[in-house]
Amino acid sequence: MSPKTLYDKIWDAHLAHEGEDGTCLLYIDRHLVHEVTSPQAFEGLRMTGRTVRAPDKTIAVPDHNVPTTADRTAGIKNPESRIQVEALDKNARDFGLINYYEMNDVRQGIVHIVGPEQGWTLPGMTVVCGDSHTATHGAFGSLAHGIGTSEVEHVLATQTLIQKKSKNMKVEITGKLAPGVTAKDITLSVIGKTGTAGGTGYVIEYCGEAIRSLSMEGRMTVCNMAIEGGARAGLIAPDETTFDYVKGRPHAPKGAQWEAALTWWKTLYSDDDAHWDKVITIRGEDIAPVVTWGTSPEDVLPITEYVPTPESFTGGKVAGVRRALDYMGLTPGQKLSEIEIDTVFIGSCTNGRIEDLRAAAAILKGKKIKDGLRAMVVPGSGLVRAQAEEEGLADIFKDAGFEWRLAGCSMCLAMNPDQLAPGERCAATSNRNFEGRQGRGGRTHLMSPAMAAAAAVTGRLTDVRKMMTDGVAA
Amino acid sequence: MDKFETFTGVAAPLPIINVDTDMIIPKQFLKTIKRSGLGVSLFDEMRYDDDRNEIPDFVLNQPAYREAEILVAGENFGCGSSREHAPWAIKDFGLKCIVAPSYADIFYSNCFKNGILPIVLPQEQVDILMQDAEKGANARMTVDLEAQQITSSDGQVFSFEVDSFKKHCLLNGLDDIGLTMEKAAAIDAFEAAAAQARPWV
Repeated sequence: MSPKTLYDKIWDAHLAHEGEDGTCLLYIDRHLVHEVTSPQAFEGLRMTGRTVRAPDKTIAVPDHNVPTTADRTAGIKNPESRIQVEALDKNARDFGLINYYEMNDVRQGIVHIVGPEQGWTLPGMTVVCGDSHTATHGAFGSLAHGIGTSEVEHVLATQTLIQKKSKNMKVEITGKLAPGVTAKDITLSVIGKTGTAGGTGYVIEYCGEAIRSLSMEGRMTVCNMAIEGGARAGLIAPDETTFDYVKGRPHAPKGAQWEAALTWWKTLYSDDDAHWDKVITIRGEDIAPVVTWGTSPEDVLPITEYVPTPESFTGGKVAGVRRALDYMGLTPGQKLSEIEIDTVFIGSCTNGRIEDLRAAAAILKGKKIKDGLRAMVVPGSGLVRAQAEEEGLADIFKDAGFEWRLAGCSMCLAMNPDQLAPGERCAATSNRNFEGRQGRGGRTHLMSPAMAAAAAVTGRLTDVRKMMTDGVAA
Repeated sequence: MDKFETFTGVAAPLPIINVDTDMIIPKQFLKTIKRSGLGVSLFDEMRYDDDRNEIPDFVLNQPAYREAEILVAGENFGCGSSREHAPWAIKDFGLKCIVAPSYADIFYSNCFKNGILPIVLPQEQVDILMQDAEKGANARMTVDLEAQQITSSDGQVFSFEVDSFKKHCLLNGLDDIGLTMEKAAAIDAFEAAAAQARPWV
């Protein structure tokens, strides 16, 4: 048998039909659904008299629109948001979606945090969702990617997706990460190197010692931003870390099925002599804590650097950087660590898991946020929130001056009331620094949870390593 | 879906790289539960000021380009969010074709589901068409999907590649769910075999 990559293996195991022109039907094991990209798809089913083919493989949860303030239990005030969430409630009922986590269920949260947490996401699966950050689930060695609403309708109706196979790209992070450097710094640094279109047409497999050493939470952070690198999906081969995380989750296999699953999962790796269309290698030791300075996730630099000049770029990027610096209100040559901020946002499907909250709390313990700053923590799910409260993290955040919110997408895309005002500058643990992403005129700097916590304390972008002694938070 | 027919229309230049779907249609317009009516909000933050007045400099606000049917743009067009609201807004505005050196994956796929043709051409050819588009309302280009050609206002012809299945669906206005459902037997068979092989799924 010819050697295969992990992507090849998952693809082959899900190929339901291949047409003469090479167009393939890929079978979908898990379809995650949220309120923003699904109403038109359900409406399409109604208009054509179609049903949901596999309700048992469909998981739905409202996350994008939901308020994260405590008063949401009384209902959503914004009428449009309310209608969208109510539409999902109704569609779940009408189409028999039994795996539905409604807004006030403690298990509710960001769809990409709920899926893994509940054991819906398992190695070797195909996972899709009408959301580009579906790439997150690739951390389990599953083929996971975002789709449009027409494709949501297609999967609801047929449990398949029309696909052409992508190319294989390997991103290897060798060696060990230095203290203060996290999964977020890895994924941003990769995008900084390859650009936001570097992965277009590829599925990326992340490998190497630095990736192997990451927890599942860290691996999810890395894969989550594969889409910002342009890739269809990001993958990490499953190993003991994966199996330990999955075991015992509500929807993970049990008993004899667990043993059977494990046997197959252990075959899910890229063969030694598999073919790669593109290979990127980065030394873990060379990665520093980074921040973004512009309006594209590829605009990344170590925190010790300076705002670049547009002329140091080439092609269309020169005009792009000029536009970005104007939008961001930054001057070439300015020290990144002197950029003052107004807001700190810790949360999102990139960094809203328990490990992220622990990392931020470790920096914040016994400290206060800078006077006048607005800072909020939005846990990725109700269960992450509950665990953080049990571990005492919530008290650390509240004592420091952070708002402690309910779960949702929140200020990552600002569809709910959590938004930036024009000109307001935010240190954010989310995934996109696009113009207007967090609110019209809002300025976003992406970074790790520890870096965001450090920025909250000083009121400016800050090298978290200066707040650490011997590699631990001081 | 309407059939994609050969047409001649005004091309609008948008010489920006990495145009993301947040730019094409900002999040506040994602609260709709319909597909229609988004054209007025296309490129909202570039198109309107804080008081909802049109910004005259923005290309689609200029008289020459108000009826544009083609958009010529920079590389990696449509990156970011998977929101199909982006092609819905583009279509609703009246644009039927985009020309760029490259697109983000999900956006590219979403276009075809909505009767929009995203043409990929090398940067130097896009540059020529960009200059052509900058001529204003006289810059009428002809898009012929059947022949896989786009012709500039001065008669220069550029050939482009497109996936044969996507081309077929676009030309015939086909609903691909219907096409897939014709393969129900293959899906049933796959599902039954997979349930045996991986019963935990």
